[in-house]
Amino acid sequence: MTTPLLRVQDLSMAIGGTPVVEDVSFDLRSGEMLGLVGESGCGKTVTALSIMRLFPEPPGRITGGRILFRGEDLLSTGEAGLREIRGDRIGMIFQEPMTSLNPVFTIGNQIEEAVLLHRPVGRAAARRRALELLDLVGIPAPRQTLDRHPHQLSGGQRQRVMIAIALANEPDLLVADEPTTALDVTVQAQILELIQDLRTRLGMAVLLITHDLGVVAEYCDRVAVMYAGRIVETAPTADLFRRPRHRYTQALMNTIPALNPPGSPLPTIAGQVPPPGRRPTGCSFAPRCPASVVQCPEVLPEFVGADHKARCWNPAS
Amino acid sequence: MSAYLDVRDLSKTYSGQGGSAVRALDEVSLTLDRGEVLGIVGESGCGKSTLGRAILRLVEPSGGRVLVEDEDLLGLGSAGLKARRRDLQIIFQDPFGSLNPRHKVGAIIREPLDVHGIGTRRERAARVDELIRLVGLPEAARARYPHEFSGGQRQRIAIARALALNPKLIVADEPVSALDVSIQSQIINLIVSLRERLGLSMLFISHDLSVIRHVSDRIAVMYLGRIVETGTVGGIMDEPLHPYTQALLSAIPRPRAEGRRQRIVLRGELPDPANPPTGCAFHTRCPAAMPQCSVDRPALVPRRAQAVVRTTACHLYEVA
Repeated sequence: MTTPLLRVQDLSMAIGGTPVVEDVSFDLRSGEMLGLVGESGCGKTVTALSIMRLFPEPPGRITGGRILFRGEDLLSTGEAGLREIRGDRIGMIFQEPMTSLNPVFTIGNQIEEAVLLHRPVGRAAARRRALELLDLVGIPAPRQTLDRHPHQLSGGQRQRVMIAIALANEPDLLVADEPTTALDVTVQAQILELIQDLRTRLGMAVLLITHDLGVVAEYCDRVAVMYAGRIVETAPTADLFRRPRHRYTQALMNTIPALNPPGSPLPTIAGQVPPPGRRPTGCSFAPRCPASVVQCPEVLPEFVGADHKARCWNPAS
Repeated sequence: MSAYLDVRDLSKTYSGQGGSAVRALDEVSLTLDRGEVLGIVGESGCGKSTLGRAILRLVEPSGGRVLVEDEDLLGLGSAGLKARRRDLQIIFQDPFGSLNPRHKVGAIIREPLDVHGIGTRRERAARVDELIRLVGLPEAARARYPHEFSGGQRQRIAIARALALNPKLIVADEPVSALDVSIQSQIINLIVSLRERLGLSMLFISHDLSVIRHVSDRIAVMYLGRIVETGTVGGIMDEPLHPYTQALLSAIPRPRAEGRRQRIVLRGELPDPANPPTGCAFHTRCPAAMPQCSVDRPALVPRRAQAVVRTTACHLYEVA
């Protein structure tokens, strides 16, 4: 087996001394799309930001683990080295394309900037590349769009521009944090099909952070489910949806309206996600788990399984 | 017996700068029976929220009629409207913005009773307690402030307030869209059970068809200020007729092991509502558009054998 493009190993991150992400590990291979899925506050966005070290330090601090990108540990890479990698080998897109674009510069300026930052080319070449990228991401009238400002574009178009910027230097990895959550469902379909198509054509790996299990099911090769700062289960996508093992994954899937007969009472998950700093010593899901056994609140279970693994004392069979 | 709510040709035009006008609602007609839930689905800018607000006259319609038990709300003066509003309530999407942060939960739920001068002080307090139990909030909630509650609990508070006057019709505008999946299911269950226990009529507005499917009896699909298709939940979900409904259904990713399906990916984006396309507003993105679609606007009329329950505004189905 070849070494993965990205290997996150036992990553822990704390904010103001409170652990937010704990012992997160996963691999991502070239060309693969991994879905990092979970509800608000589960630590999925913090995990993504930690990979790129895009959080204020302090109060944020990586407290343990390694992040190996093409064999290099990003945690021992200096700020200058990180800046070379971000936007070049690793592209990023976020949920809100309006706040990620600078309102006072034209779309053309912002894409050219992304190219010039990492490539020894002139303005004219950068502009040609910007045009090429707008065309690649399916912006109508790309030449006119170069001279427009962000507010003149729709939400879907802005997200396409963000993707163009993220792809400017043909990254090996695209980190996409809820890239379609702010968009309408027909526009979401356009954007996801675009990412899918680019991944196949450019051989790019994608880390897709989402709360939407439907998006995961249809686009990701593998899934990692997060709960209260930890990954609780990872599996090839079809396996996860066919046979969820962790009781949280199972409960989460059961609550989805689309998987229940219309009008029937939806299964629910009792209680609330424990906030960081107040997580139980054992499995964080234990207080809400209908299948909890005696050791669950006390002892954190290890992962069981190989390709499909879950950390659960009493997994669904 | 006539429908509880009968909306006819309801329009709302916003005038913009330099004489431009946006038709947020363009001659929308619908009916709602007693105890029925009509799901209104569509994407941003389709006019679904404006429709809910215009029906309650929270925005003043530009034309049309809103008949509630055969009485036209648009013909009522402020006293008559206030009396009618006891029967008509709304729940909003944002459980953070819709509750006054300075008021305790008890006072928030009691407010409609105060406004309409209902009951004695003691009766109102008893009613508040009853409502708190009805929506599944803890007893102690009454004396606490909204910020002490999670999003799901706040939506319960908003629902309790909406139910205070025993309304007959609830407009629920994206009531679960701001909530996480596991919390969303709790609020959906609450809405379904309240509707059954209290016999409420409901307009359930959402961009999420899977939620609409779960709570509604019938569905109306909106595009650019107009209803393009109506039908029963089963009819719309199993056999969408309008090409927009088909694309909308096809765009929803399904959480199933089978993985990706072939989907209809629409070209382009929603047209500018200030400058809507001629003819059928969807023709610019429609995979099945014909020459006449850019010229004639199709009427929303009954289709096929299911004439009573199915209407579609599309030229494709006009061939006899």
